[in-house]
Amino acid sequence: MSSAPALDIDHIAKLARLALTAEEKATFAQQLGDVLHHIEQLAKVDVTGVEPTAHASPIFNVWQADVAQPGLTVADALRNAPAQRDNMILVPKVVE
Amino acid sequence: MSSKLYFRTIADLAAALDAKQLSSVELTQAVIARTQAVEPRIHAFNSFDEADALAQAAASDARRAAGQSCGPLDGIPIGLKDVIAVTGQPLTASSKMLKDFVSPYDATVTTKLKKAGAVLWGRLNCDEFAMGSSTENSAFGPTGNPWDPTRVPGGSSGGSSAALAAGEAIATLGSDTGGSIRQPAALCGVVGLKPTYGLVSRFGLIAFASSLDQIGPFTRTVEDAAIVLGAIAGHDERDSTSFQAEIPDYRAALTSQRGPWKLGIPKEYFAAGLDPEIATAVEKAIAFYQSQGCEIREVSLPHTQYCLDTYYVIATAEASSNLSRYDGIRYGHRSAVGKDAVDIYAHSRAEGFGPEVKRRIILGTYVLSSGYYDAYYLRAQKVRTLIRQDFLHAFRDVDALLTPTSPMPAFKIGEKADPLALYLCDIYTIGVNLAGLPAISVPCGFTKSGLPIGAQLIGQPWKESNLLAIAHAYERAHDWSAQFPIF
Repeated sequence: MSSAPALDIDHIAKLARLALTAEEKATFAQQLGDVLHHIEQLAKVDVTGVEPTAHASPIFNVWQADVAQPGLTVADALRNAPAQRDNMILVPKVVE
Repeated sequence: MSSKLYFRTIADLAAALDAKQLSSVELTQAVIARTQAVEPRIHAFNSFDEADALAQAAASDARRAAGQSCGPLDGIPIGLKDVIAVTGQPLTASSKMLKDFVSPYDATVTTKLKKAGAVLWGRLNCDEFAMGSSTENSAFGPTGNPWDPTRVPGGSSGGSSAALAAGEAIATLGSDTGGSIRQPAALCGVVGLKPTYGLVSRFGLIAFASSLDQIGPFTRTVEDAAIVLGAIAGHDERDSTSFQAEIPDYRAALTSQRGPWKLGIPKEYFAAGLDPEIATAVEKAIAFYQSQGCEIREVSLPHTQYCLDTYYVIATAEASSNLSRYDGIRYGHRSAVGKDAVDIYAHSRAEGFGPEVKRRIILGTYVLSSGYYDAYYLRAQKVRTLIRQDFLHAFRDVDALLTPTSPMPAFKIGEKADPLALYLCDIYTIGVNLAGLPAISVPCGFTKSGLPIGAQLIGQPWKESNLLAIAHAYERAHDWSAQFPIF
């Protein structure tokens, strides 16, 4: 962990789908470098044989009957769409 | 008790409403007038809807007149943090991304408050997507602390704490992922309760870090917190982490559960970095419990120093995943720039999110990325197990833990520019979220310059009754909550 290379901001911004400006990249790389340096101390903890905790609730799986229930109307579902036509959400072209 | 309607408690106002000394319309009008008068200086709200609130109040008065009151919350104006969905009302998370979003459905807590007859009042400001400790990260501008409007109210639920402290609501709801209810409650001199993870449904709460988020009340008194918790707690099949717990009568427990209790003082919470005036105030609270016959024990939570790092790995990882839904396609801000779908996602997100949200998405994406998952995320989940075990081990010997809520009182708006300095505001509150425990912040004094101080009581899982009774015993013997900001 302590040998982890510096955060490759271009690569991570691409994975996160964030079009950052050059200025943002420089600022975030420096700020997150400080935060990562702080986080490095987790490497000091002996976690041999320790199970991970995903959440603290005593529930691990929940089953529900598959019953149809009323949902949103078309108008409600489309109300917040940035672009729409003929009761559908208008999206950018994804296949040629 | 204050002579001002808007500074009174739920318990007191409910009695006046039942006795027909007051109508909900009169009460709601008083809260609206107060809000209009102080908002230019406080900015606790992103938006509010007077006509809607007055219509709810009139409906409440009609129910009472017909002898069909729904209980103590019927007719009481309650404000909601702008991350909790209310049908037909804006839901912005204080983000440009959701600036024009109108909620198509109710959160489960909203449904429950409506059923209890509450007058839902306004959309309260917060840090963008609940990420922050000062409410300065709101895309719509910061909120002022009613005790000194040049200072922050805490965060992320700073609008919720400030609105209550300023008399702009009788109670409010917030959400707490790393201290976002307790820390602003402490900084604004009100009560803030974060319930056990799973006690209150998260359905309809905008997700930040799903394994840590929990909704809870801000109130003037512990009794009011018990009343609101009783209304919002309970199993909900629409939240898969919602627990099928028996919901007791929290209000009755305040007096039926009597001490003396055993209280633990975690030595790691009184180390360097704690403001001396806060240390003194919390030590006086400890002395009070001792004077009441409670046994005070020093305890150790040895992994405390790792809480902050564990939290920032887990919370940012979950945030990067949760916030991937904001792509500008189905709802939210869509960029006019971009030549293809992926480009539109990237520009919509770059334009819609503010700097702190971007920082956390980047960090979360990094700790989950190929090659780093085991070193950061998996390791943090294992350390989380050790942190939880520390607490459960301490609870073998004590009923609750008593600590400061925040290491510092309210600071100046703009004072903390460095993200890491702001993250340190949460050092006493985040362990509770990692361990899934209930905790409450209660006012325990003021600094010499007149800023509120809060003490945090941390309880055993599902033992809110006990936690509230312990907090109530302190509150009854002190008059901090009877003091109001003058401005």
